[in-house]
Amino acid sequence: MSNSEKTEPKKKKKFSRRKFLLRSSIGLGVVMGATYLSRPIWRRALANFANTAEAPYQGATDDPKIWFEITADNQVTLLSPKIEMGQGTFTGLAQIAADELGVDISQMKVKHAPSASGNLDAFATGGSTSISSLWQPLRELAATMREMLLQEAAKQLGIESNSLSVVNGVVKGGGKSVSYGDIVKNVTEWKIPKTPKLKDVSEFKFIGKPIPRVDLKDKVLGTPIFGMDASMPDMLYGDVVRPSQIDSTFVSADTSAAEKMPGVIKIIKEKDFVGVVAKSITEARNAKKAIKAEWKVNKKWQNSDIEEIIKVGNGTAYTIQKEGKPNFEGEDTITSEYHSPIGAHAQIEPNGAVAHVADGKATIMISTQVVNITRSEIAKRLGFEAEDVNIIPTFMGGGFGRRLHTPNGIQAALMSKAVGKPVKCFFDRKEEFQNDTFRPPTHHVLKAKLNSNGMIESMEHNVSSGAVAFGSPMLPPGAEAIFGADIGAWRGGMINYSKIPNYRAISWKVQLPFATSWWRSLGLLANTFAIESFMDELAIKAGKDPVQFRLDQIGDDERGNRLKKSIEAARDKAGWKDGKLPNGRAMGFACSVDANTPCAHVVEVSVEGKDIKVHKVTCSIDPGVAVNPDQIKAQCEGSIIMGMSASMFEKMEVKDNQLTPTIYGPYQMALMRDAPKEIDVVILENAEQPGAVGEPPLGPIAAAIANAVFRLTGQRLRSMPLEIT
Amino acid sequence: MKISFNINGAPQTVETDGNTPLLWIIRDVLDLKGTKFGCGKAACGACTIHVEGMQVRSCSYPAKLAEGKNITTIEGLSDGDNLHPVQQAWMEEIVPQCGYCQPGFMMATAALLEVNPNPTDEDIDNNIVNVCRCATYYRMRKAIHRAAEIKSANL
Repeated sequence: MSNSEKTEPKKKKKFSRRKFLLRSSIGLGVVMGATYLSRPIWRRALANFANTAEAPYQGATDDPKIWFEITADNQVTLLSPKIEMGQGTFTGLAQIAADELGVDISQMKVKHAPSASGNLDAFATGGSTSISSLWQPLRELAATMREMLLQEAAKQLGIESNSLSVVNGVVKGGGKSVSYGDIVKNVTEWKIPKTPKLKDVSEFKFIGKPIPRVDLKDKVLGTPIFGMDASMPDMLYGDVVRPSQIDSTFVSADTSAAEKMPGVIKIIKEKDFVGVVAKSITEARNAKKAIKAEWKVNKKWQNSDIEEIIKVGNGTAYTIQKEGKPNFEGEDTITSEYHSPIGAHAQIEPNGAVAHVADGKATIMISTQVVNITRSEIAKRLGFEAEDVNIIPTFMGGGFGRRLHTPNGIQAALMSKAVGKPVKCFFDRKEEFQNDTFRPPTHHVLKAKLNSNGMIESMEHNVSSGAVAFGSPMLPPGAEAIFGADIGAWRGGMINYSKIPNYRAISWKVQLPFATSWWRSLGLLANTFAIESFMDELAIKAGKDPVQFRLDQIGDDERGNRLKKSIEAARDKAGWKDGKLPNGRAMGFACSVDANTPCAHVVEVSVEGKDIKVHKVTCSIDPGVAVNPDQIKAQCEGSIIMGMSASMFEKMEVKDNQLTPTIYGPYQMALMRDAPKEIDVVILENAEQPGAVGEPPLGPIAAAIANAVFRLTGQRLRSMPLEIT
Repeated sequence: MKISFNINGAPQTVETDGNTPLLWIIRDVLDLKGTKFGCGKAACGACTIHVEGMQVRSCSYPAKLAEGKNITTIEGLSDGDNLHPVQQAWMEEIVPQCGYCQPGFMMATAALLEVNPNPTDEDIDNNIVNVCRCATYYRMRKAIHRAAEIKSANL
């Protein structure tokens, strides 16, 4: 807060609002109740909870003063604990805050909260939770801030606060007026009142409007806002020798040649890495090449080894969903297998950090999705208290889950400590591809039996995957023992067709010899590819329209009804037709529910030779309250094309213990020429509050394309990337 | 070695190893950080600049080749407060998401429009081959067509 006393950073105040307490107590209740139940049943109950619960905000929410800075020019800066990585969170948060604060959107600025501000989120920026989890707390914080300003205005103007009104940050009443900027100049002590009544939907000026991104101009001008752009005075450049092989451990390094290279300031040898600090990035890179590092390699892994590990049946099984008694005896059981490959994040901004460690304090500028975890990891390694490490988050040149892991912050900090100056250090592209925390490969086995009416009698989905949530640092210790199945790996892997009398989903957990973790939408893309392709197979077997086939088997509960409305919206907007179209194309359909957000795609595809061309995608999404319809569309467009990229082109493989390829191009991705010329997004608002947006539209795209390709070629493509043979 | 060139209309002389990629001279010596590092192998286009008006991937362009040349970066694309038509179109279509690759795309587009003022979809597909991980291609295509309109209206 400018012009007022600096507030002490609050230590880990959990969300304190009633609704959030209620939600978390449900979670606790499930866990407590679980102890009275046998393990498989309570694990299924937990899985169901994880599948449908709205993640609560896990940060400081009781003190508006650490969220808002009001400056003399009557501007408000929102210090955001959530990081902007392209998903548009800053803009949505600015809209929400502006409406409750009573300021114009042009008066709002948004900055990342440095960890030293005390506005720390204990979770992460990820899982499509930023807007949904902050919707209620931020409105309450902003409304409380407005009330604080009104009470101060009343005192300063000598007028009762209930006779005051606010327009664009100017308080008026009794013929007098004073701006927020002027009020804060004269505040001696803030009093935090009870949370006032929040605004009604009818009073929103900015929520629900297609407000242009607040970071638009900076991003069009090329303003240096990213981690890679960060610098500090007197800064040196570091580099670290990183492993090129999986399942390998650093042993030692011969640095004698590197020490004599031009520009080299110091060689840094730590227990787990060797680094070099030089005057320029090129000198650091050249010196690194001269270091001969020795790695202990356990085994020469090949892709066939990985394929064997990942097979359903080879890991540990956890039933995550079960209704009735699925029965697959008899020759009429339909069985299909699906595969997805290892995926790279391939975000364009490499991981890196600028660190300055001196006098027992550390300052780190870094692209991170986990400010709190980055801080504690660095503090632990330096032997500092967490409060002595200030993480200054930067805009991220793509997140997608890659920046849940920030060992680069530790490395930069250790190098800075060794030379006593700020050090900047980042990955090169080959290292990004070889040291990524990959999307794990998956194998799926699906079984079903149809009844005499062509409806599904029994269905089963088995997904085998490497670690996703359990590969990330956000889950507390012990979570794996409680949950059993990896909640990230099976995301999207439950069966949404609850009118089927007998069904189950089984999540198989395996151990891979390389790091895997979150990749935008987690398991959703692969699981939806498998389930929704299989649904198409079953509809064809039953001789039914695949859209109607789905609608007829979705339950009539709230979740089911929202999904049905979403399916109908996509079907109607696209003018859905099954089979080949007169223009030689075909449509394909798929849908999913991710974090309570239903989404359905109708794609229009043609095939020329072996080339699959996606011409048009009609997407319906129901995130509940649409805070910014334009950015929801942008997220749908981006998710669809990124999902196409992963579905049609991308694949990492293990060859002689190395992950390959290691550069764009050979790691083929969707480019301009691959993007559909038409993307039509329909937004539905069938819930009371905003839900997930950034990931749900990724889910159905692979299956929708594969289903269209089947109608054109008769080939059922059961492996990503989709390839016509 | 000493290398002299014009960048964004101003003369500059730098002392460097001639094989240093021009990208690092632009970013770390001249402190123009709008030009991004993505891959270092001319494979993604995040570092795209103009050399004598032609698009060049500066991560793989040795600094010594810049001697005597006219260079433009994203910082020099606009004319003071007047945004370049490509930037105007990018604003109108609200193209950027994370934004990291966008300067490279805008520079590539601006260079394309100089030689092809009204590109077809096919021209765009063949010439704009940078990588955007947020996959903002759908809006980019619209913005490229819009930029062509703005540019021709300005003539």
